[in-house]
Amino acid sequence: MTGQISLAKQVKKVLVGDHAVAEAVKLARVNVISAYPITPQTLIVERISEMIERGELKADYIRVESEFAALATVYGAAAGGARVFTATSSHGLFYMYEMLWWAAASRVPLVMAVVTRVLGPPWNIHDEHTDLLAIRDSGWIIGMAQNVQEAFDMTLTAFKISEDEKVLLPVAIGLDGFILSHTAEPLDIPSQEDVDSWLPPRNPRIPYTIEPGGEPITMGNLPKNDVYHALLKKYMDESMENAKKVIAEVYDEYGKLTGRNYGPLTECYRCSDARYIAVSMGAWSGDIMGAIERLRDEGYPVGLLRIRYLRPFPEEDITAWINGAKGVIVFDRDYSAGLGGVLASEISGFIPSNVSFEGVLAGLGGFDVSPDEFRGIIKEFIDKTEREGPIKIRKYWYIPKVEG
Amino acid sequence: MVTMTELHKYGTRKFIMPGTAACPGCPLQVGMRQLAMALDGKFVMVIPAGCSSIIPGTAPYTAYTVPVLHVPFASSPAVASGIVRAVRQRGNEGPVVVWAGDGATADIGFATLSGAAYRNEDILYIMADNEAYMNTGIQASGTTPWMAWTTTSPRGKTEDKKDVALIMLMHKVPYVATASIAYPMDFIDKVRRAMQVKGFRFIHLHAPCPPGWKMDDAYTIRAARLAVETGAWILWEYNQGKLTISPPSIPFKDRARRKPLEEYLKIQGRFAHLKPEDIKLMEEKIDRQWDLILKLAEIYK
Repeated sequence: MTGQISLAKQVKKVLVGDHAVAEAVKLARVNVISAYPITPQTLIVERISEMIERGELKADYIRVESEFAALATVYGAAAGGARVFTATSSHGLFYMYEMLWWAAASRVPLVMAVVTRVLGPPWNIHDEHTDLLAIRDSGWIIGMAQNVQEAFDMTLTAFKISEDEKVLLPVAIGLDGFILSHTAEPLDIPSQEDVDSWLPPRNPRIPYTIEPGGEPITMGNLPKNDVYHALLKKYMDESMENAKKVIAEVYDEYGKLTGRNYGPLTECYRCSDARYIAVSMGAWSGDIMGAIERLRDEGYPVGLLRIRYLRPFPEEDITAWINGAKGVIVFDRDYSAGLGGVLASEISGFIPSNVSFEGVLAGLGGFDVSPDEFRGIIKEFIDKTEREGPIKIRKYWYIPKVEG
Repeated sequence: MVTMTELHKYGTRKFIMPGTAACPGCPLQVGMRQLAMALDGKFVMVIPAGCSSIIPGTAPYTAYTVPVLHVPFASSPAVASGIVRAVRQRGNEGPVVVWAGDGATADIGFATLSGAAYRNEDILYIMADNEAYMNTGIQASGTTPWMAWTTTSPRGKTEDKKDVALIMLMHKVPYVATASIAYPMDFIDKVRRAMQVKGFRFIHLHAPCPPGWKMDDAYTIRAARLAVETGAWILWEYNQGKLTISPPSIPFKDRARRKPLEEYLKIQGRFAHLKPEDIKLMEEKIDRQWDLILKLAEIYK
């Protein structure tokens, strides 16, 4: 199989982000899907149920009574040897919280789409990343897509990453609510034949199977010594480190299959000669790139570091990209109360003391930030640094004036 | 019907290995062993947080001899739903059993239980009811009886016991039964009849707990038997449209043949504070429960 032949087999479609995720689930030949509706995720599970009804996907679709049950069900199915998928958002993700940790430490492969959305109160269905980032300590690999094509690619590659023996951790794919989930964009979709040759059915024996008449293993009972628990966490940490290599390998293969090449953990736009680096994650990175373009036209040596995977945390990439930079400005569409932006907080630890740094909280609650506004914020940061030397602002609230 | 000869055959078989962390007189090991006899030791167990999470001892060892998945408190019916779908896809038709306590079933896990039942998932759910949160130190649960002492109902529980089996019956599942660890042949027969049916099957297993009920370790089976003989615990079976009173409980349809309720209550310290009028009220509640079950037996003829 050569890259060219495969590329010819790709089909161009125009899909909203949620439907693109469903398409990836179908191509991955997932065995068990369980989910509960929540806006803006619902289109994913609606589309999957249609695919099953039409016979395009042979899978068990389990309509459960809550997100907690959705994750518990696919976790059980994964322990029973199936390839599984679920999807959720915001309050639904938080309703799963206990199971998120249980599933991760049980080391079963599992893929979940998280369509990012604000957490109430008040009720607000718009886009914010705080929900996805609240699971960052639980043991899930966490990716965040920039566009519909990437949401599709991240979902499909997630199965390969999660099922890799060196990884065996669940993968959460973030896509921005409405901005990606409900926005139609053109994307290239590989053929079923090509996907089958690259992604064989899951081996139900890896890591273990709970089945009647099977090996009498017990998972999850008390450890004899608490040190075992510490060891388990250490092994998870090692698997997270392995995941960095596995993600790179998987995207390398996937690039040959589809012609699309990614970072893989991060991508840096116009960074080779940049003295200032902006950092972001998710769909608004496209708008920030627009701002970068204009700033470049105005002579500002600035680039954009886009985080594709927040877990495993791409510290080597970040350190390398910011090496030699005069300033780093981080955009967070999330807020950790009492601390600040999550990305800014995590990245600030890798910023040398002589490098200017600013964390910007923007777009919280889902308000739009235009390329022009990004341009203004970045320009001000650079100008101030050039004028005054390194500044250190870990938390700047960007709140536009409300009319009416 | 299971025979004594068959039970004797199982007498020496170690379905649960010795040296467990169970309390002396623990009813859960008795019930679980009966379950294993009924299924000839070939099944999967999903166990939510509770005494049965602790009893098998610590990893890397376990006293259980079947594949077991220990799962969060509220999740077991959902997890079992996933396991059964996965293994059935590969052609494995073996039993997937949830073994859960009353707290996991009647309280925190009730939503997942209801969901799995209404979807008619192909699982056998055993609710081993020791009538309180025993593993955390005897706190009142939804199935703790009226007036029973627990650490969170120091003057006696003010609410009635939640009738989980009847609630499950109203989910229109194919099989629902009550059972008692004191009647192994009845329980084993029920498990086996349940396994003849595909879909969601629920058995409410009465399991007296010596420390939780403040009674002598030797009284586990005695208390379970007295619960049936006084009519306080009614053994019945609903199998695909037909509800019947189970043989051990048949004599006690007749109020006159029931033993005095005091015989059951007096061996339990948790009822030591009851006044005669409380006992009278409790008897009235038992009569009403019998009326209800007998009427249901008429309806589901």
